[in-house]
Amino acid sequence: MWLVAVVIVPLVAALGAGFIGRIPRSARPGVLFLPAFLAWIGLLVCGISAFQGNLPTAFSLAWFPQLEVNLDFNLTGLGWLLGLLITGIGSLILLYAGGYMGGAKQEARLYAYLYLFMFAMLGLAFSDNLILTFVFWELTSVVSYLLISFKHEYAEARRNALQGLLITGLGGMALMAGFILLASATGTWRISELALLGDQVVQHPHYIGILTLVLLGAFTKSAQFPFHVWLPNAMSAPTPVSAYLHSATMVKAGVFLLALFTPILGQTPAWTWTLSLVGGITFLHGCILGLLHQDLKKILAGTTIAVLGMLVFLLGLGTDKAFHAAILLLLAHAFYKASLFMMAGNVDQATGTRDLRRLQGLRRLMPWTALTAGLAAFSKMGLPPFWGFIGKEYAYKAGLDTAVPIWGTGTLLLGSLLLFAIAVKVAIIPFWTKPAATSAESKVSEVKLTMRWPPLTLAMLGLLTGLAPSFLQFPVDKAVATITNAPFEASIYLWQGFNLPLLLSGLTVLGGLAFFGLTRSPLLNRLAFKPLADSIYDICLKGVLDTAKHTTKTLQSGYLRNYLLIILASTFVLVFYKLYRFGGWPSLDWSGAGQPLILGVLLLMVIAIWSATTAHSRLVALISLGSLGYGVALIFAFFGAPDLAITQILVETLTVVLFAWVIAKLPDYHPLSSQRSRWIDAGISLTAGAMLTVLVLKAQIIELGPRISELMVDWSLPQAFGANVVNVILVDFRALDTFGEVIVIAIAALGVWALLTRPYQPKPKPASNPNPSKKES
Amino acid sequence: METLIAILIGTLFAGGIYCMLRRSIMKVVIGLMLLSQAANLLVFTSGGLTAQGPVFLSSAETGSTLAQADPLPQALVLTAIVIGFGVIIFSLSLLLKAHQAVGSDDINAFNKTDQVS
Repeated sequence: MWLVAVVIVPLVAALGAGFIGRIPRSARPGVLFLPAFLAWIGLLVCGISAFQGNLPTAFSLAWFPQLEVNLDFNLTGLGWLLGLLITGIGSLILLYAGGYMGGAKQEARLYAYLYLFMFAMLGLAFSDNLILTFVFWELTSVVSYLLISFKHEYAEARRNALQGLLITGLGGMALMAGFILLASATGTWRISELALLGDQVVQHPHYIGILTLVLLGAFTKSAQFPFHVWLPNAMSAPTPVSAYLHSATMVKAGVFLLALFTPILGQTPAWTWTLSLVGGITFLHGCILGLLHQDLKKILAGTTIAVLGMLVFLLGLGTDKAFHAAILLLLAHAFYKASLFMMAGNVDQATGTRDLRRLQGLRRLMPWTALTAGLAAFSKMGLPPFWGFIGKEYAYKAGLDTAVPIWGTGTLLLGSLLLFAIAVKVAIIPFWTKPAATSAESKVSEVKLTMRWPPLTLAMLGLLTGLAPSFLQFPVDKAVATITNAPFEASIYLWQGFNLPLLLSGLTVLGGLAFFGLTRSPLLNRLAFKPLADSIYDICLKGVLDTAKHTTKTLQSGYLRNYLLIILASTFVLVFYKLYRFGGWPSLDWSGAGQPLILGVLLLMVIAIWSATTAHSRLVALISLGSLGYGVALIFAFFGAPDLAITQILVETLTVVLFAWVIAKLPDYHPLSSQRSRWIDAGISLTAGAMLTVLVLKAQIIELGPRISELMVDWSLPQAFGANVVNVILVDFRALDTFGEVIVIAIAALGVWALLTRPYQPKPKPASNPNPSKKES
Repeated sequence: METLIAILIGTLFAGGIYCMLRRSIMKVVIGLMLLSQAANLLVFTSGGLTAQGPVFLSSAETGSTLAQADPLPQALVLTAIVIGFGVIIFSLSLLLKAHQAVGSDDINAFNKTDQVS
């Protein structure tokens, strides 16, 4: 129950965020901070208590019990750690957002979305039902769309938001399909039960399908190569959003899912190879993106992609050490990346630019931001005594401890030294270089307090936790235990003695500095850079839209004739196929041919059809239609349906009268279509008629159960007290139908009245039209 | 008997389709009327054609023992006739109005009426 309460808090806050305008502006950041902070405290205290066995860890509420889709929540160590990050960083982000937006228009919308996102993310962290997980998963994508397009007056923001939604949304569809396959293979929708199945899923024939679909979902969300393209573009969101969604939390959802599913799907060659290959490529590719961009936020987005790749790579290695390192790195990244993003937001707001080439010597102007940047960057570089150092050391240890240590460690080393170089580029150069003499930035001043403290707090956390790592051992152990599906305990040390990882760390620093020197070359800084994957995305999207436009233009031509032909052609194909498959031929019953009365009526009707169809005079057509209708009435009368005959005669008479009235107001026939098209149409319609004849004849073979009619005949007298069964059916057994029919007629009458009682007035033509409009009274 | 009625239905249908493929709006409405007659007869025939009496019960009989026409298709057709009447009358009014608005009785002149600008 407490778990759901924690999840609900942000939802309530999201609904309440609309009233933020009633609160004095100076108090807004504090008010925004409070609900998230309360959720964090609650989660921390209750979580510890629950792990000690004093509080329940699971909660379930029936939703669609018949489908086994229920509101199942379960506290896992991994979910707990993620939840603490979501609420903890979230509270700082909201404090920061309160200052960053500072009374800008529509700020309440941003806060509401941020809290809504927090709700979705917490739900995802604690959901124990596959369907529920999917719902929260998609909700984060949707909120991300709303947040990226927050500055919706810019076309680029809208485009980037759509890109993010399409990529993560399509991944979400794949994930859903994977979940359904998984549940049908195992018979359970609960993740906690799936984790206990051992290698049952892995042995299942659908395993590769499940794996592919789930990985697609996780990779798109966590911006893995080649789906990473949306993440740098997502930087068109306001900076608090980038710091929260697109570095610390939402993009971790894919990594979270992979970690959570490691006991279910993991530890197979397919899993290991895919994850380590995709993760490794993403790691290096993200670093290169970070080096090529010059926009502060886009560089950070590149490194986010890199770290996400590193986490996936470590999960792919599949050893306990690698899992441990992944969790440590995830924490490190959450601390330093969110604060670096907020630092970028500060610089952006103070100087008005995020272009690195225009940012110099900000140290004196923005000392607090410079301090934040320095602390966060040291953690990112992996220097002691920061938490980032611990993460990197353990990653090297895990890399050395694999089957192919050269490749594992080599990838990690190369990526880490690139990250080092980027950290120098982003967080040191803008602050510690000499200020340009003529730069307009001399008027720059430090940002306000609410924007100073949240990033500094996070950056300081990176230092403090590095100095006293044992504080974080409990949640880290719990999180790793979720991945390994077994109790886990490992002490975390800052100093582990002189060993190979330490040597590698030294190499990282040297290599990073060298690389940084290389990237200072002016050639690289002038590069106008659009990632290839972005162009591919554009081409794909354009292809889809063009195909849709083309198809629509072909099918929706605006000519009734074409619509009819398409409908007829598809009906022909389907009906003939069905008739062919059905087989058999009914005995032809020509009995009526011997009765001169019927034969005469039928012959007259065929003549009437001919003349109604081909008459050159409208009056002849009208008379033919009338006699045709009376002929139908005769057939009804002859075959035991006097009610039908009466109605038909009434209706036919009325129709003919009205038709005659309308005809008088319309121009006479004049030939419109060519002789050739008439012959073609005659062929088409005769084929259609033949098809229907065959259909009617074949329908005689099918013995539909006559039970409904029999029951109605049986019930008519004793239950409805009516001797005329047809009437009883209409007004009693199917009275609701008849009622609907009355309404249809009433609506038609209303429409006729509206159409015919008002004189027609042409719309005034637009002014651009040179023709003067005809005025009518 | 069914064979003859089936041919009649086919002819009605063919005539209806032919008229609907014409360009004159008048012919399109005539086609609609022919089609609705064809559909009514089709449903009516599906119950099986018997020249026996209509389904009137007297209190002495129990219904199912009698060889009578099937009442259910008749009830459905009765509904269809009335709805068909509504459709035809509405289309006739619409046709009249549309002819005034577009100024032509050629249906191909109607395909620009919903275009923006």
